Amino acid sequence: MTIAPERLEELEGQPPQHGPEPTGIFKWLTSTDHKVIGKNYMYTSLVFFFISGLMAELIRTQLFAPNNHVVSPQTYNELFTIHGSIMLFIFAGPFVFGGFANYLIPLQIGAPDMAFPRLNALSYWLFLTGSITMLLGFLTASGAAAFGWVAYAPLSNSTYSPGAGPDLWIVSIALVGFSGIFTAVNLVTTIFYLRAPGLTMFRMPVFTWNMLVTGILILISFPVLTAALIMLYADRHFGTHIFSVKGGGVPVLWQNLFWFFGHPEVYILALPYFGIVTEVLPVFSKKPVFGYKGLVFATLAIAGLSTGVWAHHMFTTGTVLLPFFSALSLLIAVPTGIKIFTWIGTIWRGNLDFKTPLIFAIGFIVAFTMGGITGVMLASPPIDFYTHDTYFVVAHFHQVLFGSAVFAGFAGFYYWYPKLTGRMYRENLGKWHFWLTFIGFNVTFLPQYLLGLRGMPRRIAVYGPSDGFTFLNEISTFGAYLTAIAFVIFLYNFWISWRKPIPAGDNPWDGHTLEWATSSPPPSHNFHKLPPIRSLRPTWDMNHPEHADWKHHQDETATKKVNEKEKAL
Amino acid sequence: MRTESRIYVGMGVFFVLIVVIYFLWSGDSGNSIFLVASALLGIMPGLYLGWWARRMNPRPEDVETVTANEIEGVVGYFPSYTIWPFVLGMGAFLTALAFVFGEWTAIIGMGFILSAAIGGTLSSKPKASSHK
Repeated sequence: MTIAPERLEELEGQPPQHGPEPTGIFKWLTSTDHKVIGKNYMYTSLVFFFISGLMAELIRTQLFAPNNHVVSPQTYNELFTIHGSIMLFIFAGPFVFGGFANYLIPLQIGAPDMAFPRLNALSYWLFLTGSITMLLGFLTASGAAAFGWVAYAPLSNSTYSPGAGPDLWIVSIALVGFSGIFTAVNLVTTIFYLRAPGLTMFRMPVFTWNMLVTGILILISFPVLTAALIMLYADRHFGTHIFSVKGGGVPVLWQNLFWFFGHPEVYILALPYFGIVTEVLPVFSKKPVFGYKGLVFATLAIAGLSTGVWAHHMFTTGTVLLPFFSALSLLIAVPTGIKIFTWIGTIWRGNLDFKTPLIFAIGFIVAFTMGGITGVMLASPPIDFYTHDTYFVVAHFHQVLFGSAVFAGFAGFYYWYPKLTGRMYRENLGKWHFWLTFIGFNVTFLPQYLLGLRGMPRRIAVYGPSDGFTFLNEISTFGAYLTAIAFVIFLYNFWISWRKPIPAGDNPWDGHTLEWATSSPPPSHNFHKLPPIRSLRPTWDMNHPEHADWKHHQDETATKKVNEKEKAL
Repeated sequence: MRTESRIYVGMGVFFVLIVVIYFLWSGDSGNSIFLVASALLGIMPGLYLGWWARRMNPRPEDVETVTANEIEGVVGYFPSYTIWPFVLGMGAFLTALAFVFGEWTAIIGMGFILSAAIGGTLSSKPKASSHK
């Protein structure tokens, strides 16, 4: 079941017989290679990120001035619904557990491919078709779904949301959901069964650990969403009354089902990005990760707790046990705090090299800490009653999710870009991208906290001139445009690195984990030769034998033994 | 194998704890079912993995100080390129669209799914090479 370095050397002489590999579009259609599928996932979700980002710019343009009429109220509702749905279901999740995880997990654990390569290909096609289905709604006569990404009953039933658009939304989420479940099965199996010899569970990189936990969370939560979608569809078309009061159903049941999926989903989106940051920080601080086991157990604790807090989104419904859900939500802050301290501990007194991935990772810590602290505030029912469904909540979750999916996501993208392509991006442009994003992001979302505290409700298309929201909305819109400019710079960086490549070499960052031990981009089936795995940082040990981690451990155990002997005497 | 089993069982035990507290405190049976299901989802695969871990020797990836001569066997079986996942994906897509646009897309979609089932089965083992 495992791969031996010696056997790989044999293989080098006789590579496996595959016949001629297809190229071009046929490669895209037929490949089962995790690297090709991972890249497909990444680029597809990035395209949808830009589409959804344009929708966000339209939303902000509409809110720039009071009584503005850039788009109609109906279109506005469609825009924020599809913006949220794309960002959560199609960009933030699949970008990392379809893209990064697919590409990197086999490399980080020294495996030739994912455990089920064909299932992997199928889940990409379900993801792509599901994403396209989401956009098809705009082409129908009744327009796209307009009930918000949470689709609360009874707004989402056939009376208030008629037409094909909402049905397309349901089908789209179902397809993307199945794709996610297949990917999760693949990830968990790969991590359990395809690790290289000597790579015990507690020698796995933190990114791999986080993906394992994410996979388990997906398996717990996604089926609940799929079941809820089927019930919603039955309510809309088959005359059932699961979510309608009229037939004896319970509308709040939808919220329970949705958030039982929805809150773990938030951590499904966040945990992988925590993993990316934990990969980037040690490499650019030239130190091993601080508190490895603490980080792993904090991840497991977050995962467990996240499944017990779904009703904190429903405090104002009056049907939930407030102290229980409030206490568990506050508890999550403890393992999350442990993580933030281990990140700071990792860069503390490190030999910091401020390359683009590192500054993005630090930007993530700043953004996520701000979003996390306002999350702790919202976990307390008295504050939540006051701010629920205001821009305070909008600012909170954008800081958390933009913080993780964009800052940590692009930290990872810049960090692994040389591995993906064998080329180096332009460092200057990367820094411009970071600073414009960071300033734009804060200028966009910090005023929204104030707007929320002044009582601006979310999801309104127009506000009046006497409401006192005008100035802060203008600042927020200005910030959104600044962020858009930052992403134009990113696209230019991407384009110029593609047209005028600078070769990056196999290990430009002096990386720690196994993916840096192979060539860039890696060959078919990933490794010609694996370094021996004796510690958490096999590639570091190979490149710096005099400072190898396992030697350090040996010395430590030796001194321990000597001390014990002395004590015994 | 033992650590893998402990992760799952640990999650399951955590959910048992939560569901007991939650049910006794709130008396809410509907939501408790979610937590019971989550507990089972942790405990069942966890016990299965643990049962295997007891019956087999530690695998090379479970041993910290593994040496080269302890390693043997085949890594796994990794198919090369194939068109059938794409065909199956398109079939699933068209079948799903039937819920919006009517049965006719499902008829085409089912055709895709059937051909993918047959094609995938036929091309399964002999053509691809196992990776040692």
